[in-house]
Amino acid sequence: MSVSVPVPAPADPTVEAVPGATLRVRIRRDGGFQAFTVARRPAQTILDVVTEIQREQDPTLAYRFACRVGMCGSCAMTVNGRPRWTCRTRVAAVAEDDGLTLEPLRNLPVVKDLAVGMEPFFEKWTAAHGAFEPGDAPPADFAAVAPDSPARRAVDAGIECINCGVCYAACDVVAWNPDYLGPAALNRAWTLVNDVRDRGQAARLEAVSGDAGCQSCHTHMSCTEHCPKALAPTFAIAGLKRATARSALKRLSARHFRRSA
Amino acid sequence: MSPLLYVAQRGTAGILAVAVAVHLGTILYAVRGGLTAGEILGRTQGNLAFLVFYGVFVVAAAIHAPIGLRSILREWTPWRGRSLDGAMLAVAALLVVLGLRAALAVYVA
Ligand code: SF4
Ligand code: SF4
Ligand code: FES
Repeated sequence: MSVSVPVPAPADPTVEAVPGATLRVRIRRDGGFQAFTVARRPAQTILDVVTEIQREQDPTLAYRFACRVGMCGSCAMTVNGRPRWTCRTRVAAVAEDDGLTLEPLRNLPVVKDLAVGMEPFFEKWTAAHGAFEPGDAPPADFAAVAPDSPARRAVDAGIECINCGVCYAACDVVAWNPDYLGPAALNRAWTLVNDVRDRGQAARLEAVSGDAGCQSCHTHMSCTEHCPKALAPTFAIAGLKRATARSALKRLSARHFRRSA
Repeated sequence: MSPLLYVAQRGTAGILAVAVAVHLGTILYAVRGGLTAGEILGRTQGNLAFLVFYGVFVVAAAIHAPIGLRSILREWTPWRGRSLDGAMLAVAALLVVLGLRAALAVYVA
């Protein structure tokens, strides 16, 4: 009988840290940058660095986190120019010449230091009809949804969003057009468009159309590139473009037939 | 951009892709043999296929361009609302008039 013996993993360069090495950290605060020096530690995350600074060097530093394991979506910041979830981002993977530049997320109002206000993000989530709409009369029976149906697969592809705002910060269209609903809200709407139980589809398709909606997306994929959950809001938005176009054409031909009848 | 404008822009993009290819191909083919302007006009004159092709081309461009221009202006300037939409309709009308006038001129020349 063969017994599998766990093989020790080869040294992971993102886990190792040279003893005595330090990290130069610049944090954007009050319109400028403040510099800190922090010891390098094995398997150190960006969130570890910020927490160490706040606990050991400057208790007035404001930032946000909760779960520390990539579930709550509250720890996102701009790290060396890119939006990232900081609890699951290793220093070794992103530091440039032992340096880190930390800034609040783009496209959202700064509350203090590294903490941004998420209100616009969630207001747009609501505006995109990002909540399940059960309708007036509850159905008599459970809806049977085959796990491998195309609609269910489309839902699965986008359902794991943790509302971190990384995609929203990565999107240039949000920066150019502050009304634009943004990748996360539109991705959420697409999961509901594919929910066969939902009774609010016409209003939702209306809500995600127009100059603030899916048609304004440039398909430049920044959201999909940066989403830490590896979701693809770009493709969800492409789905919304098709669905809204189809429903608009249907409405147009219905009106035409009514007139010619 | 409304879903119908979106459909219009995508649809005309498809037409333009073909039209531009045919247009460029024809130009390259025509000048390769060293045709003069007079000889070219001799071939286009009274040629209905020519007129229909360029008529479609012009109308597609006149629909496509203002929709894109509207998006660009909305992103790069604070211009919004009815005045913007009206100005884009004017651009569309201008493109139709100038384009059809040119096609017609070559047709009847
Ligand atoms: S693909 Fe669309 S939503 Fe995503 S970043 Fe680009 S413009 Fe924004
Ligand atoms: S789609 Fe991805 S990047 Fe955007 S909020 Fe959800 S988890 Fe974060
Ligand atoms: S702290 Fe919860 S996702 Fe990072």
